[in-house]
Amino acid sequence: MADFDQELDASGLNCPLPILRAKKTLTGMESGKVLRIVATDPGSVKDFEAFSKQTGNELLESGEEGGKFTFLIKKS
Amino acid sequence: MEEKKFAIVATKGTLDWAYPPFILASTASALGYETEIFFTFYGLQLLKKDMDLKVSPLGNPGMPMPMGMDKWFPTIFTALPGMEAMMTSMMKKKMASKGVASLEELRELCQEAEVKLIACQMTVDLFDMDPTSFVDGVEFAGAARFFEFAGESDICMYI
Repeated sequence: MADFDQELDASGLNCPLPILRAKKTLTGMESGKVLRIVATDPGSVKDFEAFSKQTGNELLESGEEGGKFTFLIKKS
Repeated sequence: MEEKKFAIVATKGTLDWAYPPFILASTASALGYETEIFFTFYGLQLLKKDMDLKVSPLGNPGMPMPMGMDKWFPTIFTALPGMEAMMTSMMKKKMASKGVASLEELRELCQEAEVKLIACQMTVDLFDMDPTSFVDGVEFAGAARFFEFAGESDICMYI
């Protein structure tokens, strides 16, 4: 996993909370900084792809580690 | 790029049907949509400070029930006193255990994201509802006010 500047643990949260928390966290970050998100909701995989496409915050990486989904999103 | 617009009419006042408007509105805001919800008839229950919404198995054959009761439990018994309270309490517990947000939390997130909440003035009058029982920031208006925004919206839905 590449470097990141801030981390958000959205484990145990269900739709749409991981996206809403991520959006809120990104709002407080500077452009170019990278947010790492950890989620357990399987729906979040497609949701973060869609979030990235629609908001322009680039999804750098997406993966699964021991039943947890991780995402690296760069603030646009 | 101009902000996209999303307009919703919320007409239902039960625990289950309160979710779609708040989930979609909060998500749309996170995606950059300007969002308005027009609450009319039973949908106005969603604006009360104390929502206290219920879900009923009565007349709802699609509702999964514990122990597969939706398959064998006679429909007539879903009308028994206490069934609604029991199903409401079970549904709330289930939601909490699955990490589903409470309605209060989703509504707060909508308000933080500046989703515009509009109460149908006609219904407020019709049911003699007390505007002070509603959450702060609600606008009271009529159908024409809805079309002002909905007419320019990219997505418009009726729930």
